Amino acid sequence: MESSVLLPVLALLCALAFVAGRSRSLAVAGVGGMRILNSLPFYYGSLTAFWCALPSLAVVLIWSIFDGVIIENMVHALVPPAAVEAAGGNIGLVMNQVRNLAAGHLSADSVEPAIAAAADRLVALERINRWALTGVALSFALIGAILAWLKINPQLRARAKVEDIFRWTLLACASLAILTTIGIVMSVLFESMRFFSKVPVTEFLFGLEWSPQTAIRADQQGSSGSFGAVPLFAGTLLIAGIALLVAVPTGLMVAIYLTEYASPRMRNLIKPVLEILAGIPTVVYGFFAALTVAPVIRDMGVNLGLDEWLTISSESALAAGLVMGVMIIPFVSSLSDDVITAVPRSLKDGALGLGSTRSEVVKLVVIPAALPGIVGSVLLAASRAIGETMIVVMAAGLAANLTANPFDSVTTVTVQIVTLLVGDQEFESAKTLAAFALGLVLFVVTLGLNYFALYIVRKYREQYE
Amino acid sequence: MQQTLEQKPPVSPKVSAPPMAPTFSIPEPAQMPVSADYKTVGVPLVENAKFAMRDVNVFYGEKQAVFNVNLDIGENEVIAMIGPSGCGKSTFLRCLNRMNDTIDICRVTGSIQLDGEEIYASKMDVVPLRARVGMVFQKPNPFPKSIYENVAYGPKIHGLASRRVDLDEIVETSLRRAGLWEEVKDRLDAPGTGLSGGQQQRLCIARTIAVSPEVILMDEPCSALDPIATAKIEELIAELSQNYTIAIVTHSMQQAARVSHRTAYFHLGKLIEVNDTQKVFTTPDHALTEAYITGRFG
Ligand SMILES: Nc1ncnc2c1ncn2[C@@H]1O[C@H](COP(=O)(O)OP(=O)(O)OP(=O)(O)O)[C@@H](O)[C@H]1O
Ligand SMILES: [Mg+2]
Repeated sequence: MESSVLLPVLALLCALAFVAGRSRSLAVAGVGGMRILNSLPFYYGSLTAFWCALPSLAVVLIWSIFDGVIIENMVHALVPPAAVEAAGGNIGLVMNQVRNLAAGHLSADSVEPAIAAAADRLVALERINRWALTGVALSFALIGAILAWLKINPQLRARAKVEDIFRWTLLACASLAILTTIGIVMSVLFESMRFFSKVPVTEFLFGLEWSPQTAIRADQQGSSGSFGAVPLFAGTLLIAGIALLVAVPTGLMVAIYLTEYASPRMRNLIKPVLEILAGIPTVVYGFFAALTVAPVIRDMGVNLGLDEWLTISSESALAAGLVMGVMIIPFVSSLSDDVITAVPRSLKDGALGLGSTRSEVVKLVVIPAALPGIVGSVLLAASRAIGETMIVVMAAGLAANLTANPFDSVTTVTVQIVTLLVGDQEFESAKTLAAFALGLVLFVVTLGLNYFALYIVRKYREQYE
Repeated sequence: MQQTLEQKPPVSPKVSAPPMAPTFSIPEPAQMPVSADYKTVGVPLVENAKFAMRDVNVFYGEKQAVFNVNLDIGENEVIAMIGPSGCGKSTFLRCLNRMNDTIDICRVTGSIQLDGEEIYASKMDVVPLRARVGMVFQKPNPFPKSIYENVAYGPKIHGLASRRVDLDEIVETSLRRAGLWEEVKDRLDAPGTGLSGGQQQRLCIARTIAVSPEVILMDEPCSALDPIATAKIEELIAELSQNYTIAIVTHSMQQAARVSHRTAYFHLGKLIEVNDTQKVFTTPDHALTEAYITGRFG
């Protein structure tokens, strides 16, 4: 409650600081008027407001990072060693009790008095903490604003300073994405290291059998689990391959049709439909694949007599791959559309002027000229296909078969990550950690593909100035 | 670019027509009455016509861009088309190889015959037509392929060479005729887009003559080039005129005077005057032509 006033008050202070800064700049300008000011009054106001807000927000941020730990330690001191002893020497359990009690999830009667006292203390400390934070933050705001206000004079380069603040803000936003990526990579990397300390890298990368079920208790019967990821890589490649076989030619032809052949009316009809296709949630594609496409494919396989030679399963790589292919058609077509439209009209005119037919223009001039971009879009589509999960979960099954038979059920890296992490798991087990190792592989592969795609696009972009 | 060309001292003394006496006043061009059924002055028709155009009108949607043009282009003749910007020169030129077909809203009426054959007839196939009537564009537009592939493109799609040696031969002769061979013979595999602007334009000319057209249409082929590259192209046109019929659109009157046999002056979509180039630049028949070549407007 106490800290809930902080933000509104801070906002109010900022507004006041803005007005005060602005009017002071006009006041110091005096009779000379705005002309003698280095910057417009708006910038003096903004600068004052920033000085009000930023230090105070920084205080709040730093405070929030450390206050939890400090309070925790202060409360620790109150918990009698006996209580810790009673909880099996686990201080964490005791602290949980204290926190639950403080939050009102437990009644005070059900615990020892020492713990109840600690909980009371916790409540009190947190209350003080919030008051203190509010007070300190607001004083920083006031002091900052007043200092800035005092510094206002016609020579103060307020505009440049405000610009600096904007630049740093933008930079901070930009680094957020980078920091997130680094954070994800680090966490995946460290967990993977722990996995590889249990399962050798070579077994993981080259092992042919995947059955991650490990014994949960030491006395339990059962396998120790095998973590050969090759069937998963194979399954991923198979499904992504099928998807690309569908999506790339179709998407490309859609793009060519739309850019080179379609009348404007046709284009206006087809483009929105493609966008709808791109907007369908993958879950919907998933059950379309599982309930509609997969049975048809199975029946077709059986009718063609393929079951004489091949396993035909009701969940098949083909079903998942085909539907995934349809899903990424709009992706390929809109990316290719862009690069094909970027081929200058003068090139097409040149080819037509030499007596090329329309298809010759497409084949010999447009596609070669747009090829780098097209390759880029295909690679991006590939990383999309590799990362896709939902359709595969629903339509291709979970069995880690090492097979090239598209009628069989297979599983992919992403699907296994999901199955490894859902349900109750012990975090330390190889089974759970395997998900991070798979994630790492996936990350490296898609990063590589994306990087390669961008490299190709960039390298050949210069071709027509 | 155009500026520099215009500022060059005229090569032909005929070009520098004496400045008009200020007493002779010409109405503002836009208001100058040119009636709807205006008849071209001069000599629009010739004996040995390669192209014969009668009552050609071109429309962009509702808007008419070319009005009732009657014009012949003789065998092995170089005809220059001049006129102020937007007067329909490009539009008219693009009728001759049906490049206007690529613009959805463009419509052409009247008769255009190439060697007595109606090119807008429904049974006319534009692919061989465009092979017979080649085109060089304002901005050099080599394909993003090697120099060799650029020139070999046309012969390949028209099946003019069955063997590699024949193709090599065509590429070499075309580059030679375009005056580019000596400069590129050691780097035929280099990308055509890596050449200088003037070289690119000569490459485009080589590409056009590689399919041995009968007529070459050029739409301001030098407007993106510097004076030296321009001089080379002009030399080339003079040479090509021995074997080809050439129609060239240009904004440079010096250029028209240097390279062409006859000059056609367009104004607001109408063909005002066609005469021997010398005559057009010395004693034009029409006041509008005179106003244009003396730099009153344009
Ligand atoms: N694609 C088009 N769609 C609609 N109108 C067009 C199109 N191309 C040209 N026009 C119109 O037709 C008229 C003639 O244009 P054109 O390009 O033939 O002129 P031009 O004489 O070649 O001019 P310039 O010397 O500037 O090249 C102009 O009024 C122009 O606005
Ligand atoms: Mg033009």
